[in-house]
Amino acid sequence: MSSSLLEVRNLAVHFGTVAALEDVSFELGSGETLGLVGESGSGKSTLARAILRLIPATRGSITWRGVELLTCDAASLRRQRRDLQIVFQDPLASLDPRMPVGETLAEPLEIFEPELGAPERLGRIKHMLERVGLGAAAIDRYPHELSGGQCQRIAIARAMMLRPRLLICDEPVSSLDVSIQGQIVNLLLDLQHEFGTAMLFISHNLAIVRHLAHRVMVIYLGRLVEVASCERLFSAPRHPYTRALLAALPDPTGRARGAGLTRGELPRGAAVPSGCAFRDRCPYAQELCARTIPRLEPVGAAQAIACHRRGELVYS
Amino acid sequence: MSRASESAAVLATEALHVAFLRSGRTIAAVREVSLAVGSGECVGIVGESGAGKTQLFMATMGLLPKNARVSGSVRFEDREILGLSRDALNRVRGAKLAMIFQDPMVSLAPHLSIGVQLAEVLVCHRDASWRDAERAALGILERVGLSEPKRRLRQYPHELSGGMRQRVMIGMSLLCEPLLLIADEPTSALDVTVQAQIIDLLRSLRGESGMAIALISHDLGVVAGLADRIVVMYAGRIVESAPAGGLLRHARHPYSALLVRCIPDVHRARLGPMPYIPGQTPGPDEVEIGCAFAPRCPHATDRCRAERPRLEDLGGEVHVACHYPL
Repeated sequence: MSSSLLEVRNLAVHFGTVAALEDVSFELGSGETLGLVGESGSGKSTLARAILRLIPATRGSITWRGVELLTCDAASLRRQRRDLQIVFQDPLASLDPRMPVGETLAEPLEIFEPELGAPERLGRIKHMLERVGLGAAAIDRYPHELSGGQCQRIAIARAMMLRPRLLICDEPVSSLDVSIQGQIVNLLLDLQHEFGTAMLFISHNLAIVRHLAHRVMVIYLGRLVEVASCERLFSAPRHPYTRALLAALPDPTGRARGAGLTRGELPRGAAVPSGCAFRDRCPYAQELCARTIPRLEPVGAAQAIACHRRGELVYS
Repeated sequence: MSRASESAAVLATEALHVAFLRSGRTIAAVREVSLAVGSGECVGIVGESGAGKTQLFMATMGLLPKNARVSGSVRFEDREILGLSRDALNRVRGAKLAMIFQDPMVSLAPHLSIGVQLAEVLVCHRDASWRDAERAALGILERVGLSEPKRRLRQYPHELSGGMRQRVMIGMSLLCEPLLLIADEPTSALDVTVQAQIIDLLRSLRGESGMAIALISHDLGVVAGLADRIVVMYAGRIVESAPAGGLLRHARHPYSALLVRCIPDVHRARLGPMPYIPGQTPGPDEVEIGCAFAPRCPHATDRCRAERPRLEDLGGEVHVACHYPL
């Protein structure tokens, strides 16, 4: 058994005949932030939910601190979950509209630390509210009285109440204004620094991931196509899809450097091409790409890509 | 107030004020906005949620709900359109003035095929025959770069992806060759690779047709690639209006400068803190005293908290509402 916190092996999640995730393997170390990047429909949220066993996996294994999450019994799963928390994209939808903030934050403590006295619980809640930048006065407010950014701070506070070892953030800033996104990202950075929490940070926005992640995984139609250190991924991306994603981002003068690098859009459901799923949008696709599915193979010390042409493609 | 209004402005609002009546109170959404969009010009309207950018154009289109109170003036092709009857407005809307929204799924009728929805526009606005209209619909789908256009005509909205639906909406808005296209967050619901494709499409369509565009977004980065001029709104008011290149290089209002700093830039970003604007926009029912941005502004003084700055002409087509422009 390795020393990783989380070890995912050959994970597959199918919805009927549609493969939402296929053959996903990765490790996440203690205190590490792993970015997960991909377009809508690529399987990012499915992976988050499968790790928490909110949806059933079809195949594979998820080992969490030595415990197999996919087969462990309900009591054991419940014990592990206190260390595994999640923050969702839409903060208003993930908070109970009828619950004042204080009750929302009390809930995890009541469940996992029932021995805690009321004054002590209140103290922990107030401290956490201060910690996420809202102030103890927010304790009696309801979600609808708060802005989107404030609601996301509450969702983060709730997730952090039990000081989890892993925080999964599923597009936590995508529904917020660009000007507010930095507030939330910086809060997550601070909390991670203070508590040493590991993070799986899911986003379609590479610029945001770059501020947080130590390593990044790029997912396309349910398969990892590139896994690399942040440094390598941004300075020398190797998979044609990663390169297209990076090129599509406008620079501050608004010009996308290479919007034309990829055509079309993510195919849906059953329309996934044979072989490499990216081949019909890829400028480098060859005959082999239509025949067999490329496996994730190393291309250097801190980088792996799933591409048949990994050895021959050289980018200037 | 700008070059656009001196020459031929397609659209010009004058002291436009939009408020909503809610449980006995009046909540202001747009305050005294005077904005001109010149013929063929692309103006980017930028601001955070609640800044009034969408309501400004909903007022222009006559699409506000019943509890809205509008005053001021909206001139389109030099004719007052505020308060026009529904019939009179319908002759302008759709034909000369078109609008597309963030979520194309909501804008398209789920029970009609793409072909019917497109053709209907020409049948209604141009008295075209269904046959001619369908031929034109096919042509417009080719023009907006939709793959397999013949098949798309027979498909329904739910069978298309988000990017395809937005292309259909853009195609629909172009059918009558409008003088002005209002695009409200047209790429916000789309993936980055598709976002870039849609912005490219708008750029090339504008080049071909010469129509003016009002591009509304909370993301200055999206607007930057297309707009000739950028108008920054905060709490219902215009705080800066300037040529796009100039504003991106040297914003004069502290709020605009912070927005520029927040443009996501993957090539500049590094592990560590991300730029942001502290605090949040004022709530819609907060009383306006002084400069609305003062509580979040790094340069604010007592004067800013007491006296509201007016939009001043700084020369070079730059207008700024700040006592201490940068």
